[in-house]
Amino acid sequence: MLAPPHALNAAYLTHFSAEQSCLNIEHFSLAYAGKTALRELTLSVPRHRVTAFIGPSGCGKSTLLRAINRLHDLNESATHSGRIAFEGEDIYADDMHVSELRRRIGMVFQTPNPFPMSIYENVAFGLRLQKRMSKRKRDDIIEWALTSAALWDEVKDRLHKSAWQLSGGQQQRLVIARTLAVQPDILLLDEPASALDPISTLKIEELIRNLKSQLTLILVTHNMQQAARVSDYTAFLHDGKLIEYGPTDQVFTNPHLQRTEDYITGRMI
Amino acid sequence: MDITSDSHSQHISRQFNQELEELKTHLMAMGGLVEKQVNDAVISLLEGDTKLAIKVRDSDREVNDLQLQIDDECTRVLARRQPAASDLRLVVAVIRASSDLERIGDEASKIARNAITLSESGAAVRGLVEVRHISEHVRKMLRDALTSFARFDTNLAIEVVREDELVDDEYSSAMRSLVTFMAEDARSISPVLSVMWVLRALERVGDHADNLAEHVVYLVKGLDIRHQNHETLDQQMEQSR
Repeated sequence: MLAPPHALNAAYLTHFSAEQSCLNIEHFSLAYAGKTALRELTLSVPRHRVTAFIGPSGCGKSTLLRAINRLHDLNESATHSGRIAFEGEDIYADDMHVSELRRRIGMVFQTPNPFPMSIYENVAFGLRLQKRMSKRKRDDIIEWALTSAALWDEVKDRLHKSAWQLSGGQQQRLVIARTLAVQPDILLLDEPASALDPISTLKIEELIRNLKSQLTLILVTHNMQQAARVSDYTAFLHDGKLIEYGPTDQVFTNPHLQRTEDYITGRMI
Repeated sequence: MDITSDSHSQHISRQFNQELEELKTHLMAMGGLVEKQVNDAVISLLEGDTKLAIKVRDSDREVNDLQLQIDDECTRVLARRQPAASDLRLVVAVIRASSDLERIGDEASKIARNAITLSESGAAVRGLVEVRHISEHVRKMLRDALTSFARFDTNLAIEVVREDELVDDEYSSAMRSLVTFMAEDARSISPVLSVMWVLRALERVGDHADNLAEHVVYLVKGLDIRHQNHETLDQQMEQSR
């Protein structure tokens, strides 16, 4: 029997109740290639908020994000223990439908990866896999997804041109639109702006802020200022463990722990 | 989590360490200058030393220049380093403190100007006992506030905050005595008014020293204790231990 998460609820580890959170990670550990990447992580992610995972390279932040999307399934050496519950359901349960899980928890990666097809077809891709719908309905959803991704005005006159004609920043927003089209509940963003120029980065950040009225966002970033700018809550990971988790304002003005302070202010840890 | 006075020198970027160190050094230099101004202003009044009073009055510009320099350095650090946590609090505390120090410099000038007026009028001055008494108190507050800033000593800072209440009481009672002097002798009204301005300036110096001490608590503990009564303050300090 696992200890309830609130038993760990020290002042420096914020905990959200079941009603407030959509994702509950409980005593989750993960190892692959013989190495432990995540150690007994317990953390709840609040609904309709932006939560940032920060930490030095190799701290496990990307590994954790991938675990939420079950991207380690294909790695045969990967083993895990503990639980990740999405809206109360264990995502690693035997009867969990993985492609449905990935529809409801979308993921965007560091390098934009549009498919080699038109802008329209990129966004329509997930919809075509899902269910039959009228062209009218599909067009509406595509316009909505591109608008939500703050790209509609820039591409509405060339929807049937190749997605590869877009700039890097536009491609990344297209990928976000593609993810949004299937109406996920959570959007996982793994360094979504680290390959982009500063202006495109700001557009992505603005988009992240606007999207939280529709869904829950989890952001992994190396860029601490980015976490400070866009997130509501910040989790600091180190060596596969959760060190401090709290409101971003608190973490960036007066963190509870010395290790957090040292990392976010650029000291040796 | 409390920080210590050397915790701003451990960044990976040595240049950043140096910039933050300079902020502290320059603020302390400004503090030293202002402390001397207040001391000299009070001495010039008590001893009728007009020369010293003129020197104090004219050194205000030096303090103003230091404030501009420190503000400029703080702005640069904010723009270029985007400091966080204790580094951010240091910059914010230094900006606030330099503004309080500049105001203390203004009050010292006021005291010096009144010293000049009194000395030139040649009138017998009453109320100097009160000035001496309150000035000793206020000068100690200022000295302790600056020491607490230099050492990141929140215990000393809290003492300064508590002292301010005593000074406020002493100020009210001194004012009552001065009003009595004026009621007794109409010819004393003008010189006694000057002494009142001096007391008022000293009381303001105490308030600014109190502010400085509050900035130290913010810097070290991340607690904003401004505008609080003493009971809430005690509770907060207890919780942050």
